[in-house]
Amino acid sequence: MTDVYADRAIDRSHMTVSDQVAIQIQGMNKWYGSFHVLRDIDLTVRRGERIVIAGPSGSGKSTLIRCINRLEEHQSGRIVVDGVELTNDLKNIDKVRSEVGMVFQHFNLFPHLTVLENCTLAPIWVRRVPRREALATAMRYLEKVRIPEQAHKYPGQLSGGQQQRVAIARSLCMEPKIMLFDEPTSALDPEMIKEVLDTMIELAQDGMTMICVTHEMGFAQAVANRVIFMDQGQIVEQNTPHEFFNNPQSERTKLFLSQILGH
Amino acid sequence: MSELHAETVAYVRDSMLPQGAPPSRQSGSVLWLRQNLFSGPLNTILTLLGLAVVWFLVSHFWPWFSHSVWNASSMAECRQIIAERWGQGATGGCFAVIRERWNQFLFGFFPPSEYWRPTAAFGLMFFAIAPVLFTESRALRWTVMAVAAVLTFALCMLLGAPPRALLVLAVVVVGLTALNEYAHRAALVFSLLFPFVAVWLLWGGSIWGPLCVLAGFVLGFAVWRALSRLGLFAVAAGVAAAAAWWMFMSDRAASDLQSLLPVALPYVESRAFGGFVLAITIGVSGIVMSLPLGIILALARRSDMPVVKAFAVMFIEFIRGVPLITLLFVASLLLNYFLPPGTNFDIILRVIIMVTLFASAYMAEVIRGGLAALPKGQYEAADSLGLDYWKAQRLIVLPQALKISIPGIVGTFIGLFKDTTLVTFVGLFDPLKQMADTIRATFAWKGAYWEPYIFTGAIFFILCFSMSRYSMYLEQRLKREHR
Repeated sequence: MTDVYADRAIDRSHMTVSDQVAIQIQGMNKWYGSFHVLRDIDLTVRRGERIVIAGPSGSGKSTLIRCINRLEEHQSGRIVVDGVELTNDLKNIDKVRSEVGMVFQHFNLFPHLTVLENCTLAPIWVRRVPRREALATAMRYLEKVRIPEQAHKYPGQLSGGQQQRVAIARSLCMEPKIMLFDEPTSALDPEMIKEVLDTMIELAQDGMTMICVTHEMGFAQAVANRVIFMDQGQIVEQNTPHEFFNNPQSERTKLFLSQILGH
Repeated sequence: MSELHAETVAYVRDSMLPQGAPPSRQSGSVLWLRQNLFSGPLNTILTLLGLAVVWFLVSHFWPWFSHSVWNASSMAECRQIIAERWGQGATGGCFAVIRERWNQFLFGFFPPSEYWRPTAAFGLMFFAIAPVLFTESRALRWTVMAVAAVLTFALCMLLGAPPRALLVLAVVVVGLTALNEYAHRAALVFSLLFPFVAVWLLWGGSIWGPLCVLAGFVLGFAVWRALSRLGLFAVAAGVAAAAAWWMFMSDRAASDLQSLLPVALPYVESRAFGGFVLAITIGVSGIVMSLPLGIILALARRSDMPVVKAFAVMFIEFIRGVPLITLLFVASLLLNYFLPPGTNFDIILRVIIMVTLFASAYMAEVIRGGLAALPKGQYEAADSLGLDYWKAQRLIVLPQALKISIPGIVGTFIGLFKDTTLVTFVGLFDPLKQMADTIRATFAWKGAYWEPYIFTGAIFFILCFSMSRYSMYLEQRLKREHR
């Protein structure tokens, strides 16, 4: 456990939460075959919120956020993202996906393209942004994640932390309204976790709506305005980080926290 | 610091060690020999055995080859010369048959005055493929085109091309080289036009025929672009427009244009095609068309749509389960029963279609292997960025999957090219069997067995080995450090 942010003062003044709803999930259920992975999920995310989802492995945290951009299909209930309901309509799905950025555990950069090409591909082909403009935007975001000098390298030539920062920049280049992070630091060496978390904190300070599945509890305490604890496909508890860590209500949460914080 | 001290007292390194040189190894040819050929008793025995086999082969083949005769007018004369020169009972190759009949191995029954046409088509092919094959290396493109230009021009001149044709060829060659130099992307237009140029050069006739067929493609494309917002309907409309043009207008337009502005080459019938002109025509057409068809089949087989998937599976499994010769027989015999009477569907075209379908089934499986080898995360990343299916395939999936499949794809190409010799079974004059048989059927060259095989084998080897080398080059070029 790297509690690098536990005691650090983070300027939360910009991190305002508006009343507008960004994501609304109502009574959502999902099965893998006969296995009930997500059970009756209700979740409303307002614009500017920063939500950390924690829970033991197999609890359905990743599946939940993958449902939000339809990498996984839900079988019942409603998911409305930025006013668009996710149904089988492919047009709606592509629309939602271009508004929702996603960062994966294993980066999933395109190895046959340079860093810069990774960042400009979707703006050019999905948003139809002129090439020159897309390049400028890409360079701006690469500077933001502090690796503009690697722009012309291939992903395979970068370290894990650098690759993950490129992945974040790649998502940002689509200027998404919501960012999903699926265990973004779990595949990184301890030395590189900090550089990625720093980038994510900056993003939070800029007011991005974020949902992060992560085991970085320090990050949760410093940045999140809500922590959600999941187990067996259900939301067991949700609260402000302060309450969640200092005053957990359910037995399952207490057990989980004692196990991950107790060493 | 003593050993004991180091273990008992906390230790802090005060300076980092510099990078050291690797231990110097013994080197030289003796070491190489000992390590690779004579490293133990078993290896020594195997090496000696290998040497004996090589010696046995060379000692038998070399006298035959070194006694070979290149200047004679018949097999009998060859034998006589060998007997005179090397004594009774000596054997030797009679490569005079190649010297006398090389034109038939290369051009079949093409009219000798038109030999320059297939030659020009073959030469221009390099201008069509160079911008596609060597996208990143200007130097290589240049080399390929310079060599092709000089050789094509010189050979066409030697083969007696008319001065007017030579002039046009020179202008075209210089123009294409300049186009590649100054507008690399525009040069790709010639790559698309080349099939029509090649068809005209090979079969001859009015230039307006191929041009009107081309006009059908342009028309279909234009209709599709104009209606592109309508999705699949636009595709159907484009295809319908092109088909209508070809069925009702194309022929009339071609003959009208021909009477207005006659540009024509002497017509050469498909029956006159033979030797390597035939093999390369079928091989190159099959190669060029089987790759896109194979990609579509591979994608169809991985599709979520059950009907599309079922069709792809049935097609691939059927074609792979049937020998190519069966398909060729279908092309030459059965197809005529199904076509309306009076339609004259060119035999070479029929064979090309069958060879293409055959190769595309194998190609599909090779590419499916590449698609399956891609990590799932690549598909998910493409999806999460909002790329639709076709964009994701084109920009993310296929570039990587095709790269993985290069060895298999080129293997299929080489197989296809060598399989073109099977057209012998439907009465076409392939270079290896039918052409050689035809030459042996003349009294003078009765009994010339080895020489034609060695000659055609050598040409096949050069062409196939070039493809193989190209695939190695491409793999090297596309090597990116992975993940």
